[in-house]
Amino acid sequence: MSELRDVAIVGVGHSKFGNRFDLRLDELAWESVKEALKDANLQANDMDFSVVGCAGGWSAESLPAAICSEYCGTLPKGSMRVEAACATGSAALAVGYNFIASGHSDIVLVLGVEKMFESPTPVQIELIGRAGNYFWEFENFGLTFPGYYAMHATGYMWKHGLKEEDLAEIAVKSHYYASMNPKAQFRQKITVDAAMQSRYVAWPLKLFDCCPLTDGSAAIILASEDVAKKITDTPVWISSIGVSTGTINLSKRDMFSRLEYSGLESATEAAKQAYKRIGVDYDTAAKQFDVACVHDCFTIAELMAYEDLGFCKRGEGPKLVREKQTYNGGLIPVNIDGGLKAKGHPIGATGCSMFYSLTKQLRQEYGKCASPEAQATIRKGRALAHNIGGTGHYAYVTTLSLDKPHT
Amino acid sequence: MSDMNENAKRSITEKGLPICEEMKTKLPLYISMRELPLRFQFGVSKVEKFFEGLKEGKIYMTQCRNCGEKFFPPQDGCPKCPESSVDWIPLSGEGELLTCTVIFVKPSTFSHHQDYVVGISQMKEGVRVLAWLRIDDPKKIKPKMKVQLTTVRRKPEGFITYEFIPL
Repeated sequence: MSELRDVAIVGVGHSKFGNRFDLRLDELAWESVKEALKDANLQANDMDFSVVGCAGGWSAESLPAAICSEYCGTLPKGSMRVEAACATGSAALAVGYNFIASGHSDIVLVLGVEKMFESPTPVQIELIGRAGNYFWEFENFGLTFPGYYAMHATGYMWKHGLKEEDLAEIAVKSHYYASMNPKAQFRQKITVDAAMQSRYVAWPLKLFDCCPLTDGSAAIILASEDVAKKITDTPVWISSIGVSTGTINLSKRDMFSRLEYSGLESATEAAKQAYKRIGVDYDTAAKQFDVACVHDCFTIAELMAYEDLGFCKRGEGPKLVREKQTYNGGLIPVNIDGGLKAKGHPIGATGCSMFYSLTKQLRQEYGKCASPEAQATIRKGRALAHNIGGTGHYAYVTTLSLDKPHT
Repeated sequence: MSDMNENAKRSITEKGLPICEEMKTKLPLYISMRELPLRFQFGVSKVEKFFEGLKEGKIYMTQCRNCGEKFFPPQDGCPKCPESSVDWIPLSGEGELLTCTVIFVKPSTFSHHQDYVVGISQMKEGVRVLAWLRIDDPKKIKPKMKVQLTTVRRKPEGFITYEFIPL
Protein backbone atom coordinates (compact mmCIF):
# COMPACT_ATOMS: atom_id res chain seq x y z
CA MET A 1 0.00 0.00 0.00
CA SER A 2 2.92 2.35 0.62
CA GLU A 3 3.26 3.27 -3.07
CA LEU A 4 -0.26 4.76 -3.01
CA ARG A 5 -0.66 8.50 -2.51
CA ASP A 6 -2.52 9.89 0.48
CA VAL A 7 -5.94 11.41 -0.22
CA ALA A 8 -7.61 14.23 1.70
CA ILE A 9 -11.09 15.71 1.87
CA VAL A 10 -10.60 19.42 1.07
CA GLY A 11 -14.17 20.60 0.54
CA VAL A 12 -17.66 19.53 1.61
CA GLY A 13 -21.18 20.63 0.76
CA HIS A 14 -24.67 19.49 1.75
CA SER A 15 -28.14 20.28 0.43
CA LYS A 16 -31.22 20.64 2.58
CA PHE A 17 -32.70 17.16 3.01
CA GLY A 18 -36.43 16.49 2.73
CA ASN A 19 -39.22 16.50 0.15
CA ARG A 20 -37.57 18.67 -2.48
CA PHE A 21 -40.50 19.30 -4.77
CA ASP A 22 -38.86 22.63 -5.66
CA LEU A 23 -36.18 21.30 -8.02
CA ARG A 24 -34.84 18.54 -10.29
CA LEU A 25 -31.94 16.08 -9.85
CA ASP A 26 -29.22 18.23 -11.44
CA GLU A 27 -30.39 21.35 -9.57
CA LEU A 28 -30.32 19.39 -6.32
CA ALA A 29 -26.76 18.22 -7.08
CA TRP A 30 -25.61 21.80 -7.69
CA GLU A 31 -26.92 22.88 -4.28
CA SER A 32 -24.27 20.76 -2.53
CA VAL A 33 -21.57 21.03 -5.22
CA LYS A 34 -21.48 24.85 -5.15
CA GLU A 35 -21.12 24.73 -1.36
CA ALA A 36 -18.26 22.20 -1.62
CA LEU A 37 -16.47 24.30 -4.27
CA LYS A 38 -16.75 27.38 -2.05
CA ASP A 39 -15.53 25.38 0.95
CA ALA A 40 -12.46 24.19 -1.02
CA ASN A 41 -12.01 27.58 -2.73
CA LEU A 42 -11.94 25.81 -6.10
CA GLN A 43 -13.74 26.16 -9.44
CA ALA A 44 -15.70 23.40 -11.17
CA ASN A 45 -13.08 23.19 -13.94
CA ASP A 46 -10.40 22.37 -11.33
CA MET A 47 -11.96 18.90 -10.99
CA ASP A 48 -10.04 16.16 -12.83
CA PHE A 49 -12.85 13.62 -12.50
CA SER A 50 -16.36 13.28 -11.03
CA VAL A 51 -17.81 10.22 -9.33
CA VAL A 52 -21.58 10.41 -8.98
CA GLY A 53 -23.31 8.14 -6.48
CA CYS A 54 -26.96 7.71 -7.39
CA ALA A 55 -29.01 4.56 -6.78
CA GLY A 56 -31.91 5.70 -8.96
CA GLY A 57 -34.90 3.72 -10.15
CA TRP A 58 -37.43 6.15 -8.67
CA SER A 59 -36.10 9.11 -10.66
CA ALA A 60 -36.35 9.78 -14.37
CA GLU A 61 -32.80 10.59 -15.42
CA SER A 62 -30.96 7.44 -16.55
CA LEU A 63 -27.54 9.10 -16.81
CA PRO A 64 -27.13 10.97 -13.50
CA ALA A 65 -23.36 11.37 -13.83
CA ALA A 66 -23.66 13.11 -17.20
CA ILE A 67 -26.55 15.40 -16.31
CA CYS A 68 -24.99 16.45 -12.99
CA SER A 69 -21.56 16.97 -14.61
CA GLU A 70 -23.07 19.27 -17.23
CA TYR A 71 -25.02 21.35 -14.70
CA CYS A 72 -22.12 21.53 -12.23
CA GLY A 73 -19.64 22.61 -14.92
CA THR A 74 -17.09 19.80 -14.78
CA LEU A 75 -17.23 18.98 -18.51
CA PRO A 76 -15.34 17.73 -20.46
CA LYS A 77 -13.62 15.95 -17.55
CA GLY A 78 -14.59 12.31 -17.07
CA SER A 79 -17.36 11.00 -14.86
CA MET A 80 -19.02 7.77 -13.86
CA ARG A 81 -22.02 6.66 -11.88
CA VAL A 82 -21.49 4.36 -8.88
CA GLU A 83 -24.17 2.26 -7.20
CA ALA A 84 -24.05 0.18 -4.02
CA ALA A 85 -27.64 0.60 -2.80
CA CYS A 86 -27.72 2.70 0.40
CA ALA A 87 -23.88 2.52 0.60
CA THR A 88 -23.59 4.24 -2.78
CA GLY A 89 -22.01 7.38 -1.25
CA SER A 90 -19.22 5.40 0.40
CA ALA A 91 -18.67 3.36 -2.75
CA ALA A 92 -18.36 6.61 -4.72
CA LEU A 93 -15.82 7.91 -2.20
CA ALA A 94 -13.84 4.66 -2.49
CA VAL A 95 -13.70 5.07 -6.28
CA GLY A 96 -12.65 8.72 -5.98
CA TYR A 97 -10.02 7.76 -3.40
CA ASN A 98 -8.52 5.20 -5.76
CA PHE A 99 -8.47 7.63 -8.71
CA ILE A 100 -6.22 9.90 -6.64
CA ALA A 101 -4.24 7.29 -4.68
CA SER A 102 -3.25 5.60 -7.94
CA GLY A 103 -2.01 8.87 -9.46
CA HIS A 104 -4.71 9.06 -12.16
CA SER A 105 -6.20 12.31 -10.86
CA ASP A 106 -5.26 15.09 -8.43
CA ILE A 107 -8.70 16.54 -7.61
CA VAL A 108 -11.92 14.51 -7.71
CA LEU A 109 -15.51 15.51 -7.04
CA VAL A 110 -17.51 12.82 -5.23
CA LEU A 111 -21.21 13.62 -5.43
CA GLY A 112 -24.05 11.70 -3.83
CA VAL A 113 -27.50 12.64 -5.08
CA GLU A 114 -30.96 11.10 -4.91
CA LYS A 115 -34.35 12.37 -5.99
CA MET A 116 -36.74 9.82 -4.52
CA PHE A 117 -39.89 11.94 -4.68
CA GLU A 118 -39.95 11.96 -8.46
CA SER A 119 -42.07 8.83 -7.89
CA PRO A 120 -45.10 8.49 -5.58
CA THR A 121 -44.45 6.97 -2.13
CA PRO A 122 -45.98 3.51 -2.93
CA VAL A 123 -43.61 3.15 -5.91
CA GLN A 124 -40.62 4.00 -3.71
CA ILE A 125 -41.71 1.41 -1.10
CA GLU A 126 -42.11 -1.19 -3.84
CA LEU A 127 -38.67 -0.49 -5.34
CA ILE A 128 -36.85 -0.47 -2.00
CA GLY A 129 -38.59 -3.73 -1.07
CA ARG A 130 -37.06 -5.28 -4.18
CA ALA A 131 -33.55 -4.52 -2.80
CA GLY A 132 -32.85 -8.12 -1.84
CA ASN A 133 -33.02 -11.24 -3.96
CA TYR A 134 -35.90 -10.26 -6.23
CA PHE A 135 -36.64 -13.68 -7.72
CA TRP A 136 -36.45 -15.85 -4.58
CA GLU A 137 -37.45 -13.46 -1.82
CA PHE A 138 -39.56 -10.64 -3.24
CA GLU A 139 -41.55 -12.07 -6.16
CA ASN A 140 -43.58 -14.46 -3.99
CA PHE A 141 -43.10 -13.14 -0.47
CA GLY A 142 -43.43 -9.36 -0.86
CA LEU A 143 -40.75 -8.20 1.54
CA THR A 144 -40.30 -4.54 2.27
CA PHE A 145 -37.15 -2.81 3.39
CA PRO A 146 -38.41 -2.46 6.97
CA GLY A 147 -39.32 -6.17 6.70
CA TYR A 148 -35.73 -7.26 6.02
CA TYR A 149 -34.41 -5.33 9.04
CA ALA A 150 -37.41 -6.44 11.12
CA MET A 151 -36.25 -10.03 10.68
CA HIS A 152 -32.87 -9.00 12.05
CA ALA A 153 -34.67 -7.23 14.93
CA THR A 154 -36.74 -10.33 15.75
CA GLY A 155 -33.62 -12.50 15.58
CA TYR A 156 -31.92 -10.09 17.98
CA MET A 157 -34.89 -9.98 20.38
CA TRP A 158 -35.18 -13.74 20.54
CA LYS A 159 -31.50 -14.03 21.44
CA HIS A 160 -30.81 -11.05 23.66
CA GLY A 161 -34.07 -9.84 25.17
CA LEU A 162 -34.12 -6.46 23.40
CA LYS A 163 -37.17 -4.32 24.21
CA GLU A 164 -39.03 -2.17 21.69
CA GLU A 165 -38.49 0.71 24.15
CA ASP A 166 -34.72 0.39 23.61
CA LEU A 167 -35.25 0.96 19.90
CA ALA A 168 -37.49 3.94 20.67
CA GLU A 169 -34.65 5.47 22.74
CA ILE A 170 -32.42 5.37 19.65
CA ALA A 171 -35.07 7.26 17.64
CA VAL A 172 -35.34 9.84 20.45
CA LYS A 173 -31.58 10.49 20.23
CA SER A 174 -31.68 10.86 16.43
CA HIS A 175 -34.51 13.39 16.55
CA TYR A 176 -32.82 15.25 19.42
CA TYR A 177 -29.73 15.92 17.31
CA ALA A 178 -31.66 16.46 14.06
CA SER A 179 -33.52 19.27 15.84
CA MET A 180 -30.18 21.13 15.90
CA ASN A 181 -29.28 20.35 12.27
CA PRO A 182 -30.74 22.97 9.89
CA LYS A 183 -30.27 20.59 6.92
CA ALA A 184 -32.21 17.71 8.51
CA GLN A 185 -35.57 16.50 7.21
CA PHE A 186 -37.17 16.19 10.69
CA ARG A 187 -36.46 19.05 13.08
CA GLN A 188 -38.83 18.16 15.92
CA LYS A 189 -37.83 16.25 19.06
CA ILE A 190 -39.85 13.16 19.96
CA THR A 191 -40.50 11.17 23.14
CA VAL A 192 -40.25 7.44 23.83
CA ASP A 193 -44.04 7.41 24.33
CA ALA A 194 -44.68 8.96 20.92
CA ALA A 195 -42.34 6.44 19.29
CA MET A 196 -44.00 3.54 21.12
CA GLN A 197 -47.45 4.70 20.04
CA SER A 198 -46.58 4.85 16.34
CA ARG A 199 -48.09 2.10 14.19
CA TYR A 200 -46.30 -1.07 13.13
CA VAL A 201 -44.77 -0.96 9.68
CA ALA A 202 -43.12 -4.40 9.84
CA TRP A 203 -43.39 -5.95 13.29
CA PRO A 204 -41.44 -5.41 15.54
CA LEU A 205 -40.50 -2.15 13.77
CA LYS A 206 -42.84 0.82 14.04
CA LEU A 207 -43.06 3.97 11.96
CA PHE A 208 -40.73 5.85 14.34
CA ASP A 209 -38.11 3.08 13.99
CA CYS A 210 -37.81 3.86 10.27
CA CYS A 211 -35.90 6.51 8.36
CA PRO A 212 -37.95 8.62 5.93
CA LEU A 213 -37.84 8.73 2.13
CA THR A 214 -35.71 11.73 1.21
CA ASP A 215 -34.46 13.94 -1.60
CA GLY A 216 -30.97 15.28 -1.04
CA SER A 217 -27.38 15.65 -2.17
CA ALA A 218 -23.96 15.92 -0.56
CA ALA A 219 -20.64 16.68 -2.25
CA ILE A 220 -17.08 15.88 -1.20
CA ILE A 221 -13.97 17.19 -2.94
CA LEU A 222 -10.89 14.97 -2.68
CA ALA A 223 -7.31 16.00 -3.39
CA SER A 224 -3.88 14.40 -3.53
CA GLU A 225 -1.46 15.24 -0.70
CA ASP A 226 0.49 17.81 -2.74
CA VAL A 227 -2.64 19.65 -3.86
CA ALA A 228 -4.34 19.36 -0.46
CA LYS A 229 -1.48 21.12 1.30
CA LYS A 230 -1.82 24.09 -1.09
CA ILE A 231 -5.61 24.32 -0.73
CA THR A 232 -6.23 23.96 2.98
CA ASP A 233 -4.65 24.08 6.43
CA THR A 234 -7.09 21.45 7.71
CA PRO A 235 -7.10 18.49 5.31
CA VAL A 236 -9.14 15.56 6.59
CA TRP A 237 -7.41 12.39 5.42
CA ILE A 238 -9.05 9.16 4.33
CA SER A 239 -7.10 6.79 6.56
CA SER A 240 -8.70 3.45 5.67
CA ILE A 241 -11.57 1.84 3.80
CA GLY A 242 -13.02 -1.59 4.65
CA VAL A 243 -15.51 -3.21 2.26
CA SER A 244 -17.49 -6.43 2.42
CA THR A 245 -20.47 -7.95 0.60
CA GLY A 246 -23.16 -9.97 2.40
CA THR A 247 -25.41 -12.73 1.04
CA ILE A 248 -28.19 -11.51 -1.23
CA ASN A 249 -30.59 -14.05 0.29
CA LEU A 250 -31.41 -13.24 3.91
CA SER A 251 -32.02 -16.96 4.41
CA LYS A 252 -28.34 -17.63 3.72
CA ARG A 253 -27.16 -15.65 6.75
CA ASP A 254 -25.52 -17.94 9.29
CA MET A 255 -26.26 -15.42 12.05
CA PHE A 256 -29.89 -16.49 12.18
CA SER A 257 -28.74 -19.98 13.23
CA ARG A 258 -25.90 -18.89 15.53
CA LEU A 259 -26.95 -18.09 19.06
CA GLU A 260 -23.99 -15.86 19.91
CA TYR A 261 -24.19 -13.66 16.80
CA SER A 262 -26.86 -11.14 15.94
CA GLY A 263 -25.33 -8.52 13.63
CA LEU A 264 -24.37 -8.09 10.00
CA GLU A 265 -21.39 -10.29 9.15
CA SER A 266 -20.44 -7.96 6.26
CA ALA A 267 -20.33 -4.89 8.54
CA THR A 268 -18.15 -6.73 11.06
CA GLU A 269 -15.77 -7.80 8.30
CA ALA A 270 -15.60 -4.26 6.84
CA ALA A 271 -14.88 -2.81 10.31
CA LYS A 272 -12.07 -5.29 10.95
CA GLN A 273 -10.49 -4.47 7.56
CA ALA A 274 -10.67 -0.72 8.21
CA TYR A 275 -9.30 -1.05 11.77
CA LYS A 276 -6.43 -3.32 10.76
CA ARG A 277 -5.11 -0.76 8.29
CA ILE A 278 -4.83 1.92 10.99
CA GLY A 279 -3.90 -0.30 13.92
CA VAL A 280 -7.17 0.07 15.82
CA ASP A 281 -8.04 -2.76 18.20
CA TYR A 282 -11.57 -4.08 17.45
CA ASP A 283 -12.47 -4.65 21.11
CA THR A 284 -11.61 -1.11 22.20
CA ALA A 285 -12.63 0.68 18.98
CA ALA A 286 -15.10 3.02 20.71
CA LYS A 287 -12.26 4.70 22.61
CA GLN A 288 -10.19 5.28 19.50
CA PHE A 289 -12.58 7.50 17.55
CA ASP A 290 -13.95 10.92 18.53
CA VAL A 291 -17.24 10.56 16.67
CA ALA A 292 -19.05 8.13 14.37
CA CYS A 293 -21.82 8.14 11.78
CA VAL A 294 -23.50 4.74 11.52
CA HIS A 295 -26.11 3.49 9.08
CA ASP A 296 -29.36 3.79 11.07
CA CYS A 297 -31.90 3.27 8.28
CA PHE A 298 -33.80 1.61 11.15
CA THR A 299 -33.22 1.88 14.89
CA ILE A 300 -32.26 -1.81 15.02
CA ALA A 301 -29.59 -1.09 12.40
CA GLU A 302 -27.92 1.44 14.71
CA LEU A 303 -27.98 -1.06 17.56
CA MET A 304 -26.42 -3.77 15.40
CA ALA A 305 -23.83 -1.25 14.18
CA TYR A 306 -22.60 -0.67 17.76
CA GLU A 307 -21.84 -4.37 18.06
CA ASP A 308 -20.56 -4.92 14.51
CA LEU A 309 -18.11 -2.03 14.98
CA GLY A 310 -16.88 -3.44 18.30
CA PHE A 311 -18.19 -0.45 20.31
CA CYS A 312 -19.61 -3.03 22.75
CA LYS A 313 -19.82 -6.79 23.07
CA ARG A 314 -22.52 -8.86 21.33
CA GLY A 315 -25.82 -8.43 23.14
CA GLU A 316 -24.69 -5.30 24.99
CA GLY A 317 -26.05 -2.76 22.47
CA PRO A 318 -29.21 -2.14 24.53
CA LYS A 319 -27.04 -1.41 27.61
CA LEU A 320 -25.14 1.23 25.63
CA VAL A 321 -28.49 2.78 24.66
CA ARG A 322 -29.92 2.72 28.20
CA GLU A 323 -26.77 4.39 29.56
CA LYS A 324 -26.91 7.04 26.77
CA GLN A 325 -23.30 6.23 25.91
CA THR A 326 -23.76 7.26 22.27
CA TYR A 327 -24.90 10.81 23.04
CA ASN A 328 -22.25 13.53 22.74
CA GLY A 329 -20.01 13.23 25.81
CA GLY A 330 -20.62 9.48 26.17
CA LEU A 331 -18.33 6.57 25.33
CA ILE A 332 -18.59 7.49 21.63
CA PRO A 333 -20.95 10.05 20.07
CA VAL A 334 -22.95 8.36 17.28
CA ASN A 335 -25.12 10.10 14.68
CA ILE A 336 -25.11 13.44 16.43
CA ASP A 337 -26.16 14.99 13.12
CA GLY A 338 -29.54 13.21 13.39
CA GLY A 339 -28.56 10.08 11.45
CA LEU A 340 -30.51 8.62 8.56
CA LYS A 341 -33.43 8.25 10.92
CA ALA A 342 -34.12 11.97 11.36
CA LYS A 343 -31.68 13.83 9.10
CA GLY A 344 -33.11 11.78 6.21
CA HIS A 345 -31.84 9.07 3.88
CA PRO A 346 -31.51 10.07 0.21
CA ILE A 347 -30.09 6.66 -0.76
CA GLY A 348 -27.13 7.65 -2.96
CA ALA A 349 -26.29 10.79 -0.94
CA THR A 350 -26.25 9.29 2.55
CA GLY A 351 -22.60 8.16 2.58
CA CYS A 352 -21.44 11.60 1.38
CA SER A 353 -23.67 13.22 4.01
CA MET A 354 -21.79 11.19 6.65
CA PHE A 355 -18.44 12.43 5.29
CA TYR A 356 -19.79 15.99 5.34
CA SER A 357 -20.72 15.71 9.03
CA LEU A 358 -17.50 13.96 10.06
CA THR A 359 -15.28 16.40 8.15
CA LYS A 360 -17.01 19.33 9.87
CA GLN A 361 -16.66 17.51 13.20
CA LEU A 362 -12.91 16.88 12.80
CA ARG A 363 -12.37 20.49 11.69
CA GLN A 364 -14.37 21.54 14.78
CA GLU A 365 -16.76 23.50 12.56
CA TYR A 366 -19.85 21.38 13.19
CA GLY A 367 -20.96 23.54 16.11
CA LYS A 368 -21.34 26.46 13.70
CA CYS A 369 -23.30 24.29 11.21
CA ALA A 370 -25.70 23.03 13.87
CA SER A 371 -25.29 23.72 17.57
CA PRO A 372 -22.22 23.78 19.85
CA GLU A 373 -23.95 20.97 21.76
CA ALA A 374 -23.53 18.75 18.69
CA GLN A 375 -19.78 19.38 18.27
CA ALA A 376 -17.83 16.34 19.50
CA THR A 377 -14.65 16.87 21.46
CA ILE A 378 -11.77 16.10 19.10
CA ARG A 379 -8.94 14.36 20.97
CA LYS A 380 -7.82 11.45 18.80
CA GLY A 381 -8.44 13.26 15.52
CA ARG A 382 -10.24 10.20 14.18
CA ALA A 383 -13.79 9.64 12.92
CA LEU A 384 -15.66 6.68 11.44
CA ALA A 385 -18.41 6.23 8.83
CA HIS A 386 -20.37 2.95 8.72
CA ASN A 387 -22.50 2.89 5.57
CA ILE A 388 -24.57 -0.17 4.69
CA GLY A 389 -26.20 -0.95 1.33
CA GLY A 390 -29.34 -3.07 1.37
CA THR A 391 -29.55 -5.23 4.47
CA GLY A 392 -25.81 -5.68 4.81
CA HIS A 393 -25.52 -6.53 1.13
CA TYR A 394 -22.79 -3.91 0.80
CA ALA A 395 -20.87 -2.80 3.90
CA TYR A 396 -18.39 0.09 3.88
CA VAL A 397 -16.47 1.27 6.94
CA THR A 398 -14.36 4.34 6.19
CA THR A 399 -12.09 6.03 8.73
CA LEU A 400 -11.02 9.68 8.57
CA SER A 401 -8.05 11.24 10.32
CA LEU A 402 -6.49 14.63 10.99
CA ASP A 403 -3.08 12.93 10.88
CA LYS A 404 -1.67 12.11 7.47
CA PRO A 405 -1.76 8.29 7.03
CA HIS A 406 1.78 7.98 5.54
CA THR A 407 4.11 10.33 7.41
CA MET B 1 -50.31 6.92 -10.33
CA SER B 2 -53.61 7.16 -12.16
CA ASP B 3 -54.22 10.19 -9.91
CA MET B 4 -51.12 11.75 -11.42
CA ASN B 5 -52.49 11.14 -14.91
CA GLU B 6 -55.87 12.62 -14.06
CA ASN B 7 -54.26 15.69 -12.51
CA ALA B 8 -52.00 16.15 -15.52
CA LYS B 9 -54.92 15.85 -17.97
CA ARG B 10 -56.93 18.42 -16.02
CA SER B 11 -54.00 20.84 -15.95
CA ILE B 12 -53.46 20.49 -19.69
CA THR B 13 -57.13 21.24 -20.33
CA GLU B 14 -57.13 24.22 -17.98
CA LYS B 15 -53.68 25.71 -18.53
CA GLY B 16 -52.15 23.95 -21.53
CA LEU B 17 -49.34 22.43 -19.44
CA PRO B 18 -49.10 19.27 -17.27
CA ILE B 19 -47.99 21.35 -14.28
CA CYS B 20 -49.95 20.75 -11.06
CA GLU B 21 -49.73 22.11 -7.55
CA GLU B 22 -48.08 19.65 -5.14
CA MET B 23 -50.72 18.92 -2.51
CA LYS B 24 -48.82 19.81 0.68
CA THR B 25 -46.29 22.40 -0.46
CA LYS B 26 -48.32 24.00 -3.31
CA LEU B 27 -45.09 23.96 -5.38
CA PRO B 28 -45.47 23.53 -9.16
CA LEU B 29 -44.88 19.91 -10.27
CA TYR B 30 -44.45 18.92 -13.94
CA ILE B 31 -46.14 15.52 -14.39
CA SER B 32 -44.37 13.36 -17.00
CA MET B 33 -46.64 12.23 -19.83
CA ARG B 34 -44.64 8.99 -20.28
CA GLU B 35 -45.84 6.19 -18.00
CA LEU B 36 -43.69 3.04 -18.05
CA PRO B 37 -45.24 -0.28 -17.00
CA LEU B 38 -42.58 -2.69 -15.69
CA ARG B 39 -42.96 -6.46 -15.71
CA PHE B 40 -39.92 -8.75 -15.84
CA GLN B 41 -39.38 -12.25 -17.24
CA PHE B 42 -36.82 -14.83 -16.07
CA GLY B 43 -35.11 -17.79 -17.72
CA VAL B 44 -35.65 -20.83 -15.47
CA SER B 45 -34.16 -23.68 -17.50
CA LYS B 46 -31.35 -24.18 -14.94
CA VAL B 47 -33.84 -24.63 -12.10
CA GLU B 48 -36.72 -26.21 -14.00
CA LYS B 49 -36.60 -29.24 -11.67
CA PHE B 50 -37.56 -26.97 -8.76
CA PHE B 51 -40.74 -25.83 -10.50
CA GLU B 52 -41.53 -29.36 -11.69
CA GLY B 53 -41.19 -30.38 -8.03
CA LEU B 54 -43.67 -27.76 -6.86
CA LYS B 55 -46.29 -29.31 -9.16
CA GLU B 56 -45.70 -32.67 -7.39
CA GLY B 57 -45.81 -31.14 -3.91
CA LYS B 58 -42.02 -31.31 -3.47
CA ILE B 59 -39.58 -28.56 -2.53
CA TYR B 60 -36.07 -29.25 -3.78
CA MET B 61 -32.64 -28.07 -2.69
CA THR B 62 -29.48 -28.86 -4.63
CA GLN B 63 -26.23 -30.39 -3.39
CA CYS B 64 -22.80 -30.34 -5.02
CA ARG B 65 -21.69 -33.87 -5.98
CA ASN B 66 -18.07 -33.01 -5.26
CA CYS B 67 -17.94 -30.95 -2.02
CA GLY B 68 -21.40 -31.68 -0.63
CA GLU B 69 -22.40 -27.99 -0.27
CA LYS B 70 -26.18 -27.61 -0.06
CA PHE B 71 -28.06 -24.82 -1.79
CA PHE B 72 -31.41 -23.21 -1.10
CA PRO B 73 -32.55 -21.43 -3.16
CA PRO B 74 -31.41 -24.24 -5.45
CA GLN B 75 -28.58 -23.46 -7.85
CA ASP B 76 -27.26 -25.48 -10.74
CA GLY B 77 -23.57 -24.64 -10.26
CA CYS B 78 -21.24 -24.83 -7.25
CA PRO B 79 -18.87 -21.83 -7.06
CA LYS B 80 -16.22 -23.93 -5.29
CA CYS B 81 -16.35 -26.81 -7.79
CA PRO B 82 -16.78 -25.40 -11.32
CA GLU B 83 -16.37 -28.85 -12.91
CA SER B 84 -18.95 -30.57 -10.72
CA SER B 85 -22.71 -30.93 -11.10
CA VAL B 86 -25.44 -30.96 -8.46
CA ASP B 87 -28.03 -33.45 -7.18
CA TRP B 88 -31.65 -32.40 -6.70
CA ILE B 89 -32.85 -33.44 -3.22
CA PRO B 90 -36.39 -32.92 -1.89
CA LEU B 91 -36.62 -31.30 1.55
CA SER B 92 -38.47 -33.19 4.28
CA GLY B 93 -40.20 -29.92 5.18
CA GLU B 94 -39.30 -30.20 8.88
CA GLY B 95 -38.07 -26.88 10.18
CA GLU B 96 -37.63 -24.59 13.16
CA LEU B 97 -38.51 -20.86 12.99
CA LEU B 98 -35.43 -18.66 13.45
CA THR B 99 -36.96 -15.23 12.85
CA CYS B 100 -39.97 -13.53 11.32
CA THR B 101 -41.76 -10.25 10.66
CA VAL B 102 -45.33 -9.20 10.04
CA ILE B 103 -45.63 -6.95 6.98
CA PHE B 104 -48.22 -4.25 7.70
CA VAL B 105 -47.14 -1.64 5.13
CA LYS B 106 -47.06 -3.65 1.92
CA PRO B 107 -45.52 -3.08 -1.51
CA SER B 108 -48.20 -1.87 -3.93
CA THR B 109 -48.05 -5.17 -5.85
CA PHE B 110 -49.01 -7.00 -2.60
CA SER B 111 -51.68 -4.53 -1.50
CA HIS B 112 -54.48 -7.05 -2.23
CA HIS B 113 -53.21 -9.34 0.57
CA GLN B 114 -54.02 -9.24 4.29
CA ASP B 115 -51.02 -8.50 6.56
CA TYR B 116 -48.65 -11.44 6.12
CA VAL B 117 -45.92 -13.11 8.16
CA VAL B 118 -42.53 -13.75 6.52
CA GLY B 119 -40.18 -16.11 8.34
CA ILE B 120 -36.83 -17.83 7.99
CA SER B 121 -36.58 -21.42 9.23
CA GLN B 122 -33.74 -23.83 9.80
CA MET B 123 -34.55 -26.98 7.86
CA LYS B 124 -33.59 -30.46 9.03
CA GLU B 125 -31.34 -30.86 5.99
CA GLY B 126 -29.18 -27.90 7.04
CA VAL B 127 -30.35 -25.17 4.67
CA ARG B 128 -32.51 -22.20 5.70
CA VAL B 129 -35.67 -21.24 3.81
CA LEU B 130 -37.53 -17.92 3.64
CA ALA B 131 -41.31 -18.07 3.10
CA TRP B 132 -44.66 -16.91 4.44
CA LEU B 133 -45.84 -18.49 7.70
CA ARG B 134 -49.55 -19.29 7.65
CA ILE B 135 -50.80 -18.41 11.13
CA ASP B 136 -54.14 -16.87 12.16
CA ASP B 137 -52.71 -14.81 15.04
CA PRO B 138 -49.08 -13.59 14.98
CA LYS B 139 -49.15 -13.52 18.81
CA LYS B 140 -49.00 -17.33 18.68
CA ILE B 141 -45.54 -17.17 17.11
CA LYS B 142 -42.84 -18.55 19.42
CA PRO B 143 -39.06 -18.53 18.95
CA LYS B 144 -37.83 -21.84 17.54
CA MET B 145 -41.38 -23.10 16.97
CA LYS B 146 -41.64 -26.23 14.80
CA VAL B 147 -42.93 -25.59 11.31
CA GLN B 148 -43.65 -27.66 8.21
CA LEU B 149 -42.68 -26.36 4.77
CA THR B 150 -45.33 -27.24 2.24
CA THR B 151 -46.46 -26.34 -1.27
CA VAL B 152 -49.59 -24.25 -1.60
CA ARG B 153 -51.67 -22.52 -4.26
CA ARG B 154 -51.42 -18.79 -3.62
CA LYS B 155 -54.74 -17.01 -3.65
CA PRO B 156 -56.06 -15.13 -5.51
CA GLU B 157 -53.62 -15.69 -8.42
CA GLY B 158 -53.66 -19.50 -8.06
CA PHE B 159 -49.98 -20.21 -8.81
CA ILE B 160 -48.07 -22.82 -6.79
CA THR B 161 -45.54 -21.63 -4.23
CA TYR B 162 -44.42 -22.79 -0.77
CA GLU B 163 -45.11 -21.69 2.80
CA PHE B 164 -44.61 -22.70 6.43
CA ILE B 165 -47.42 -24.01 8.58
CA PRO B 166 -47.06 -24.32 12.38
CA LEU B 167 -46.93 -27.87 13.78
